[in-house]
Amino acid sequence: MSIEIRNIQKRFGEFTALDNVSLTVESGELLALLGPSGCGKTTLLRIIAGLETPDAGQVLFAGKDATHTHVSERQVGFVFQHYALFRHMTVFDNVAFGLTVRPRSVRPGREEVRERVMRLLKLVQLDWLADAYPAQLSGGQRQRIALARSLAVEPKVLLLDEPFGALDAKVRKDLRRWLRSLHNDMHITSVFVTHDQEEALEVSDRVVVMDHGHIEQVGTPDEIYDRPATPFVTQFLGDVNLFHGRVDQGHFTLGDFAQPLAEAPAAGGQAVAFVRPHDLEISRAAEGALAHGVVEHIHAVGPIVRVEVAAESSGKPLEAVLTRERYRELALMLGDRVYVRPTRVSVFPAGDAQDYVI
Amino acid sequence: MDAWIDLFRTAWPVLLQGTLYTLMFAVISMVLGLALGFLVALVRVARVPALAQLAAFYVSAMRGTPLLVQIFVIYYGLPGIGIEFDPVTAGVLALTLNVGAYLSESMRGGIAGVDRGQWDAGLSLGLGWWQTMRFVVAPQALRLAVPSLSNSLISLIKDTSLVSVITVTELMLATKEVIAQTFQPLPLYLAAAAIYWVLSASFEQVQRRVEARLNLSYRR
Repeated sequence: MSIEIRNIQKRFGEFTALDNVSLTVESGELLALLGPSGCGKTTLLRIIAGLETPDAGQVLFAGKDATHTHVSERQVGFVFQHYALFRHMTVFDNVAFGLTVRPRSVRPGREEVRERVMRLLKLVQLDWLADAYPAQLSGGQRQRIALARSLAVEPKVLLLDEPFGALDAKVRKDLRRWLRSLHNDMHITSVFVTHDQEEALEVSDRVVVMDHGHIEQVGTPDEIYDRPATPFVTQFLGDVNLFHGRVDQGHFTLGDFAQPLAEAPAAGGQAVAFVRPHDLEISRAAEGALAHGVVEHIHAVGPIVRVEVAAESSGKPLEAVLTRERYRELALMLGDRVYVRPTRVSVFPAGDAQDYVI
Repeated sequence: MDAWIDLFRTAWPVLLQGTLYTLMFAVISMVLGLALGFLVALVRVARVPALAQLAAFYVSAMRGTPLLVQIFVIYYGLPGIGIEFDPVTAGVLALTLNVGAYLSESMRGGIAGVDRGQWDAGLSLGLGWWQTMRFVVAPQALRLAVPSLSNSLISLIKDTSLVSVITVTELMLATKEVIAQTFQPLPLYLAAAAIYWVLSASFEQVQRRVEARLNLSYRR
């Protein structure tokens, strides 16, 4: 089932949580709402669920207005950051609960409930814990039970609010792969909220990046990562080095450095260039260099080597990531004088959000 | 010592009678008070317009005035406007109204103490407000509220002594009557105190059982 969000406004007192947000979630896709805390992503999710009412705007489910449909009638499955399992019930009863409280006329029979619950518990690989209480489970197990519980009522939409936020790194990684493959099998329209860009990029079909109550960019993980639409998206998606230069006649220039831009900008002027650490090459030759400086730190972490160069022009540290081979080839030592050359640059006019990628 | 044993031998039928009355007052007011308290808490939590304000007013009035005054108003005051109760009814009514106010606050606290996410989870599973309250929130609120509910209920057992002022021969008045005949206040008042204590202590046992039962699912 598709979800359409039209011009949603939501304020909490003086604080604007959502400012005229519109978005379409395609049927069967797994969409991530990504942004820093306070960006409005959870509020948007709760409005889709019906747990929060918008001040203005509409929510449409499969083309039908659901803005004023009560949460209990929306047929959404909701998974909470802190699981919200019913602590006074066993795992089995938790999962069965949405079915057993239905009015007699639409309630499945006892055997059918049992079968369905056990099937779901097998799906989340926890059928052996059916008689345990939530207090006896680990965080990862609780979240899987919460997911099984939300799926038991056969929702048309699955909504997940920072589902892995409270888990430790290892479990988080396992669970998000598992969620991805679960979604591949079930194809239920799903929206999940996260502040972890890695999680959003790895799990979802499309990512919505939000900040300060509005949407910054919508796109596939590749699009978002390779062609960030705004400085905010660029910076939020990972470490970047920042260079202040100019745009002149279709080139980004900084001192002697000039790089042609794929899309010619309308007007020249002050601009900022963002370069990711792995897009910054270190060399001992001055040719094509964007900046130069002295090697200040070298951190060899696993297969890659992080090198910090103190830029001579600005004095700010630049971060570059090299492969071990390249690092050995260069035979870098602390205090070496080196040049850095970008292989990929995102340029934005200073104070504007227009993007031209080269 | 022998004198005391003789004294209790003659006094016990009267004291037992009084204890039974006390127990009856306590149990009936407990049951009614719990029901009333739950109702008042529900009205306030659901923010039912007008009723919620009325409930808040009732709680404030009951907690803000002495039980003794409430008993006098109900038994001696209300007949002035044509509402008359026999002493037992008036006693039960006063105790119920009084304890109901305290119990409603404990329950309201318990309900508020249940995580907001439990409501959201219930509602998103397709339950209505009342179903969520009944199956999800209330059972967990009860666990949180038991210690403070028990406080009020144990106080209630002792507060029954106040209905002696409207000629109900419960334990307190029964004791006084025996004292009037025997002129032995010390042993008899001590006996009454012991009986109240035993009643309260048995209630504490009940509380302990209930707590253990409600805590079953919280054990690791």
